Amino acid sequence: MRALALIFRRELALAWSGGGGPLLAIGFYAAVATLVPLSTDPSVHNLAGIATGVAWVALALASLLSLERMFERDFEDGALDLLMLGPAPAEAVAAAKCLAHWAVAGAPLALAAPLAAAALGAPLSLAPLILATAAIGGIAFAFVGGTGAALALGSRRGGMIIAVIVLPLLSPPVIFGGGALTACAAGMPWQGGLMLLGAYALGAAAICPFFMAAACRNALS
Amino acid sequence: MIAALSVRALTLRRGERRLFQDFDLDLAAGEAVALTGPNGAGKTSLLRAIAGFIRPEAGAIVFQGDGGPLEPDEARRAGVHLLGHQDGLKGNRTARDELMFQVRWTGGTDATALAASQTLGLARLLDLAVRHLSAGQRRRLALARLVASPRALWLLDEPLAPLDAQHRGLFGELMAAHLAGGGLVLAAVHDPLPIAARTVELAG
Repeated sequence: MRALALIFRRELALAWSGGGGPLLAIGFYAAVATLVPLSTDPSVHNLAGIATGVAWVALALASLLSLERMFERDFEDGALDLLMLGPAPAEAVAAAKCLAHWAVAGAPLALAAPLAAAALGAPLSLAPLILATAAIGGIAFAFVGGTGAALALGSRRGGMIIAVIVLPLLSPPVIFGGGALTACAAGMPWQGGLMLLGAYALGAAAICPFFMAAACRNALS
Repeated sequence: MIAALSVRALTLRRGERRLFQDFDLDLAAGEAVALTGPNGAGKTSLLRAIAGFIRPEAGAIVFQGDGGPLEPDEARRAGVHLLGHQDGLKGNRTARDELMFQVRWTGGTDATALAASQTLGLARLLDLAVRHLSAGQRRRLALARLVASPRALWLLDEPLAPLDAQHRGLFGELMAAHLAGGGLVLAAVHDPLPIAARTVELAG
């Protein structure tokens, strides 16, 4: 546990020290959420209908941003060797990296999501559910995204590869999370979507560390 | 604690090329081996195979403890230091942050890290960002983790390359102290090690 706390704190410090950490993700998120109304009929009625959907798609895109650096940085400078020879198994290291990614990018984005949705005209009563779905969905994004990042290790243009691998895998949480919000806005039962979203996030957190560890071992061999 | 390393009939392949075949090596506590051979002979690959990163095509790598063979992955996680061509240091973090993390991660403490930084003459550099250090200073920072964390088997890949004469001598003393404490050193080198060491040549 001590080792995991150590690696978690290191990842947080790394995310803050290079590239602005959460500010970059939130800036990108705000930019995407602002572009959408410019591309469509900007009437309040129209925007309110798509506000939650836009908030969610922008969330998925923004969570891709710093994925490339998650393993690549340590792979390039040799620190991944050291991480693999530490007291914790590679699976635990990978999980700690994903949690740190969530803490730096996912959690701040979850806080920004209700604001973005409200700015686009979503009812304020939806805000708590938007926050909850974005926070839970962010965990799924971090673990699935980390898997893509580990698989793309050592390849040129890794960022593009990650996006191509990860975006299709993000469609279930986008469907569940967006579905729960749409249902809630329509006054229908929304708990099912939230539970499916939670199940997907838990499943990703349970399985993805094994994929990431295997991909790292493969890249180092 | 690793008391001996034995490599038996090891065959390594990289891509289509077989690096070496039926390679044997024994290393006991208190012993240093200088691994020599031409470029491409497989020195780095051998070190990485012992560290568990490369799966051998054939043969065995056994870590002996005081009471018999150890579980390889556990032995590696608790007893192996690998220092490769790269130092594994982040340019935009301070030398102190990087050293403390690496030392804690490999099982040392803040106190041993500070002592090692004194020994290697890094005390005044600790507050600088790593990117402002020279190659030799970065290598000394990486060596500090070896000294500060109690791991028995040092796998060193060209450890001397960026060091000046004075620090090569100092590193020799540190290796001698490590060996005197029951440590093991396996170093891939082109220049002779600054301590008495058995030479093993990889033919290539």
